[in-house]
Amino acid sequence: MEMPPTGPERAAWLKHKANWIRLSAMTMNHHAKLGHTGGDLSSADILAVLFLGGILQVDPARPRWAERDRFILSKGHGAAAYYSTLAARGFIPIEQLKTYMDPLSMLNGHPDRNKVPGVEANTGPLGHGLPIAVGAVLAARMRKEPWRVFVLTGDGELQEGSNWEAAMTAQHYGLDHLTVIVDRNRIQQGDFTENTIRMEPLAARFAAFGFAVEEIEGHSAAALLDRFSHLPLEKGKPTCLIANTIKGKGVSFAENQPAWHHGVPTKEQLTTAAKELDVEVAW
Amino acid sequence: MVSDAPSSTAGQRLFDCRDAYMSALEEMAAADARVCAVANDSLSSAKLKNFKEKFPDRFVNVGIAEQNMVGVGAGLANGGMVPYVCGASCFLTARAMEQIKVDLAYTKANVKLCAMSPGMAYGQLGPTHHSIEDLAWMRVLPNLTVIVPADPVETAAVMRYSLAYEGPMFLRIARVPVPRVHGEDYEFHLGKAVRLREGSDVTLIANGLMVSRALDAANVLEAQGISARVLNMSTVKPLDREAILDAARTTRGIVTAEEALAAGGLGGAVAEVLALEHPAPMRILGVPDVFAPTGTAEFLLEHFGLTAAGIERAALDLLRREA
Repeated sequence: MEMPPTGPERAAWLKHKANWIRLSAMTMNHHAKLGHTGGDLSSADILAVLFLGGILQVDPARPRWAERDRFILSKGHGAAAYYSTLAARGFIPIEQLKTYMDPLSMLNGHPDRNKVPGVEANTGPLGHGLPIAVGAVLAARMRKEPWRVFVLTGDGELQEGSNWEAAMTAQHYGLDHLTVIVDRNRIQQGDFTENTIRMEPLAARFAAFGFAVEEIEGHSAAALLDRFSHLPLEKGKPTCLIANTIKGKGVSFAENQPAWHHGVPTKEQLTTAAKELDVEVAW
Repeated sequence: MVSDAPSSTAGQRLFDCRDAYMSALEEMAAADARVCAVANDSLSSAKLKNFKEKFPDRFVNVGIAEQNMVGVGAGLANGGMVPYVCGASCFLTARAMEQIKVDLAYTKANVKLCAMSPGMAYGQLGPTHHSIEDLAWMRVLPNLTVIVPADPVETAAVMRYSLAYEGPMFLRIARVPVPRVHGEDYEFHLGKAVRLREGSDVTLIANGLMVSRALDAANVLEAQGISARVLNMSTVKPLDREAILDAARTTRGIVTAEEALAAGGLGGAVAEVLALEHPAPMRILGVPDVFAPTGTAEFLLEHFGLTAAGIERAALDLLRREA
């Protein structure tokens, strides 16, 4: 794995990596003629900082190392960005990304831990990641091991009640090794979240459920790096970071457009995106 | 497998299989630090009070939240524990079906679902609390092993087996009291029906609380000169196809009996094997396509003919009509 620079260059390097993840995901979606471009783009900085910024204690050579940190992508439809991140971290070959959604490929439209090294949970239906994350933190506690669990959820996804069941368990057991990151891009499949089922006041809701909550800039590698390096927010409480993001971030024609939830870029749009993101993806 | 069965179960001491499950779970937890339990509120219905006292650090109560309960189980397994996720079967299966499908079966998570008080155990509480659909729902999920123990001896054996087995399991733990049908030396073998009684005219295939009733029916049939084989098919998945095909080849027909909907469960599984590989006369005893009326478990079992007499009638009907 290419090592990130230290010091102030690290954030710029991560931003560049995040843009590579963006273009890689868009290229995969173009290849598959299917995918969830908007959410891939909104989550790219978070994924880059977690996996490439030295936050997650994971080892691609030992993907099932018992004391690894767990990352659970609850918004399983963000698979293209996730696979691109896992490839950038060395869990799977970059070449593998070219098989996205091909017949018999390990790269399903939604991640499968039995096929893809580095994947912790089979997700796709929403509201599954947080309960699994809570169980994993409880396991670490029972085993008296120091590892932590990060779960990335969508925002519309929080309409599923199972999240709030899990939130109650997390607060009751004081799971401060749990960090929930909400990709708050404000758009779900059908429309803006606030036109569908109002999610605000989201921070207050998590706080009322016993979480220590902070809103962060979800596209600032520096801010994400700083915050992820200083967790939990409060001892004895689970952490919720509401990452304010833009669906379709980084690509002018996709930004903040509900239709790009599962929009698929054309060849010409990929060329435009590559220019705007200032990266190249070999395909 | 052949095993000695008592000649009659009538008048025998009856057992709540939850006691055997509970003792086994506590023994296993004492011996293996990976064993933990997850409950949804009620410790008494899942018989987990002692467990909580003995192993407080390995006990999680998520409250009344079954979807979360199953997801938490999957997470515990991800973290290297072996969770026993214990709750009333009606809520555990119906409420958390997607979690069972995705988080456990599709994921192949090493989680053991202990489905308490299945079938019509909560008789008078009504169809909301009955779990007659669970076998049909669980049986169709790839990767999920489905076991319905017949008595306390088998319940304990299955519990011990489940810890050695890597993968998701659905264990249906009876609350309606049953007599012993297995000796203390009984060994559980996954996917192998236990031949509790030899017979050459007809084969009775049952599981759970219907096994002792099938044995009683075989006794009554014997008095009428009819030789009935009795198979305890506690493993519904993976199914013992050989035992079914052997019964179809060497006896004149098969009667299945289960405390569940007649559609989709044990009877359905046996019928699929017969239809495709060796068509044979068959009767499927279970709850017909209705929600049960009000009554105690025993009343409802009687009401739907899930008794020794009901099995006997079905066997006689099969032999008469298919002669």
